[in-house]
Amino acid sequence: MSILMPDSAMTWMMVRPAITEIALASSICLLLMFDVFAGRTWRYLTHGLTLIALAVCAWLTLTVGAVDSRTVLFDGLYVADKLGVFLKLCAILATGLCLFYSQAYLDRRRIHGGEYDILTLTALLGISVLVSANSLLTVYLGVELLALSLYALVAFDRDSGVAAEAAIKYFVLGAIASGALLYGMSLLYGLTGTLALDKIATLSAAHGAGFVIAVAFIVVAVAFKFGAVPFHMWVPDVYHGAPTSVTLLISTAPKLASFALVMRLLVYGLGADPALWVQMLSALAVLSLLLGNILAIAQTNIRRMLAYSAIANVGFILLGFITAQTGGYRAALTYTLVYVLTTLGSFGVVLLAARSDGEADDLDDYKGLGARDPLLALLMLGLMLSTAGVPPLVGFWAKLWIIQALLHGGHLWLAVLAVLASVVGAYYYLRVIWYMYFDAGRAQTPILKQTGTRLALALNVAAVLLMGLLPNTLLALCTKLIPGP
Amino acid sequence: MHVQALLSILTWLPIMGGLATLLIGDAQPRLARWCALAVSLITLALCVPLYAGFDSSTAHFQFLERLRWIPQLHAQYALGVDGFSLPLIMLTAFMTVPVLIAGWTVIDKRPAQYFAAFLVLEGLMIGVFCAMDALLFYFFWEAMLIPMFLIIGIWGGPRRVYATLKFFLYTFLGSVLMLVVLIYLYLQAGDYSIAGFQSLPLTLIEQRWIFLAFLVAFAVKVPMWPVHTWLPDAHVEAPTGGSVILAAIMLKMGGYGLLRFSLPMTPDASRELDWLVIGLSLIAVVYIGFVALAQTDMKKLIAYSSIAHMGFVTLGAFLAFGIYRATGTLSGAINGLDGAMVQMVSHGLISGALFLCIGVMYDRMHSREISAYGGVINVMPRFGAFMVLFALANSGLPGTSGFVGEFLVILAAFKANFWYAFLAATTLILGAAYTLWLVKRVIFGPVANGKVAAMQDLNGREFLVLGMLGAAVMLVGLWPEPLVRIMEATSRHLLDQIAVTKIPVG
Repeated sequence: MSILMPDSAMTWMMVRPAITEIALASSICLLLMFDVFAGRTWRYLTHGLTLIALAVCAWLTLTVGAVDSRTVLFDGLYVADKLGVFLKLCAILATGLCLFYSQAYLDRRRIHGGEYDILTLTALLGISVLVSANSLLTVYLGVELLALSLYALVAFDRDSGVAAEAAIKYFVLGAIASGALLYGMSLLYGLTGTLALDKIATLSAAHGAGFVIAVAFIVVAVAFKFGAVPFHMWVPDVYHGAPTSVTLLISTAPKLASFALVMRLLVYGLGADPALWVQMLSALAVLSLLLGNILAIAQTNIRRMLAYSAIANVGFILLGFITAQTGGYRAALTYTLVYVLTTLGSFGVVLLAARSDGEADDLDDYKGLGARDPLLALLMLGLMLSTAGVPPLVGFWAKLWIIQALLHGGHLWLAVLAVLASVVGAYYYLRVIWYMYFDAGRAQTPILKQTGTRLALALNVAAVLLMGLLPNTLLALCTKLIPGP
Repeated sequence: MHVQALLSILTWLPIMGGLATLLIGDAQPRLARWCALAVSLITLALCVPLYAGFDSSTAHFQFLERLRWIPQLHAQYALGVDGFSLPLIMLTAFMTVPVLIAGWTVIDKRPAQYFAAFLVLEGLMIGVFCAMDALLFYFFWEAMLIPMFLIIGIWGGPRRVYATLKFFLYTFLGSVLMLVVLIYLYLQAGDYSIAGFQSLPLTLIEQRWIFLAFLVAFAVKVPMWPVHTWLPDAHVEAPTGGSVILAAIMLKMGGYGLLRFSLPMTPDASRELDWLVIGLSLIAVVYIGFVALAQTDMKKLIAYSSIAHMGFVTLGAFLAFGIYRATGTLSGAINGLDGAMVQMVSHGLISGALFLCIGVMYDRMHSREISAYGGVINVMPRFGAFMVLFALANSGLPGTSGFVGEFLVILAAFKANFWYAFLAATTLILGAAYTLWLVKRVIFGPVANGKVAAMQDLNGREFLVLGMLGAAVMLVGLWPEPLVRIMEATSRHLLDQIAVTKIPVG
């Protein structure tokens, strides 16, 4: 081998950290082929093979893709660092759990084609690319790959009018956001003459009015992807309109991507002068906290409620960034991870509780769940309390760390606002518990057993509780991933 | 007799027992009940080595346990007891037993979950009193809301949802501000140790804000006028056991917080703003006393009486500054602190007992309206005797525990200001008025109606429960000396702490 191609070892070393993307792209091609040629008899295997492919990708990322220090590949387009590897692993895990939780739901609704799994994988590939982006082009590539896959997934149930409406909304608004992102990027390129984020980072200190405009466009796009007020309009409609399994996906792994987007673009790329974006993010954070929490109270549909809850939680994540300090970024990372973990569980419960003839997404559907299905209700209890930020569940530590970062940065009033908003938020999380435990249920079809999914959900909630009792591992991990003072 | 990691066992044994009870499940209520009772009895028994091993001559924390918990936040798993926490831990362990026995056959809806919730709650409450680390304290303090929220919500009365949400959100609102303050103090002090917070120098402006935030958190819990409105609702809707724990233990968290956090951490602000706490306390004693007089619902009456009695706790805790201003020394100030502590223990016993008495009547009549009763003593003589005993204790009859605390506080109030004492002493009239009038209307007189005539006297289980509490009320009333001795050194230490300014020089 080495005699024939003397450079091959070198080349392999150069692309080695990108193994996640390579493995994902290969899996996508192979699965696509398999799905086409397998025929009716074997197509049902696609789902299982997708999960296996994800496991292999995770394993490769962990073994082959692990890097000791920041490595730049492909002429500066791609960066591999500990944070990237970790976020990719989390995204793979979250996507795998999403697929695992949704299996029965998709089968029951008869919308489980092999394309579903493959589109999920392309979304994951988009996340991976985005997480590792070191150039404006790579960022855009990742953002678009993720977004286009998600648009298609939202419309996956082609007979559903609501889903089609949600997909169109998502697509149109998403296209505007992409346009804004591209416009901001082109301004940045014009002002600095480079697409590489690490070069922009060294140049951005000497900025002028043009820089502010460019950053404003980029922040708008980031806010849209995150779903922060006032760019949140798509969130409730998409969460509500899409099949629940897609809602589960949208509400989890892409949040990791959004976190990475802020880290790569704003913190690393434009971090020399955080004042450029801190004020804009503050406004977004405060509005998201207030509006998300207040509007969630008025919802009667649990998916819309969780959508507004997502908006409020994004407010919390953004609060971590506006400190413009390492501690704040760590807190934001912790919060994102905790949010993803908890949301996986809560939408997992919504999926499991779905009736065979459709969804169980009216809050009223949860009345009496405590008597009807004690395990499911208990899991939901833990998840709701965690999202509300009540100890001994992990959501408490996520909020605590954000507040600590805010106080450390001298943002006393934002900290007070954040805790008061979380009291407002507590109401609607408690309302789910109230419906499940305090109200008598209406007669309903029993909930399917699905032992495997239940077990996975129980482990998911056990992790929420265990990390709540002993948060040190999580906090140590986040401290290690974002080094600094 | 020495037990390793006694405080951890006291905290986690009930929680683990609660989880075991939960796992036994509602399908086997008998086993669940016995399991829960056994766990609570073991917990109570473990208070014996705790009491025996406690050295009352020192204010230092004892039975120390320290483990690494969250090094990133410099928070430790640190447990310890001093003279303030020991009586409250014992009270918690003691009160859980009658609560479980009282719910023995009464609770037929999800019985295992009911007993599990009380055990978990017991463990968390003991954890609050043991915690020497502020973050650990907050952890238990908030977690405690979950079982109580469920207890009121699942086993409560018709308006239980409103009551329990109000309870949760009120307390949560108070607590989150405390959390902000704790993090602020952590950033100043470098770790979460309560002792470190107590010795941390703070400017007067900082102290004022911190004091007010603490006051909100603890005043909601006590509860002090005007943030007391959740309590009557919660009490009325809660099941008997929930009311007992709420009144006997959870309200004490507020008083405990004032003694552990507000006074030693912000002594200068406490000195400056003591009029605020004293004023609110006196309003609670006098105004809420009148409000209690007007109640037609027995549980509501006892709830308001609780607020008035807890007014003595907050009053006693903040008298020292007034005494120093009036006399120039702190002699006699210790009576205020001791009185506050004794009042907490005594109120825990008496209010718990009164709620149990109301529960006994409610189980028979399914009404809490005073007007539905009359002449109960004619059909339930043994019950009547207990009810009269607890009523007299509630109105502060000498020889019962109710007298000791109130007397000590009024004694201290005289030294501070005659009018404080005068207003506080109106409770001797008001308390006697609303309690004895209640007794007159419910217990005495001719049998009011056929339903009352059909009431059965106490069964053995109820007799045991009320007997336990009656003995405790008499014991603390006749022989308060051991209780006062336990807390003496700690009270003196607190007086030393608040006598020294924490404002940094220069």
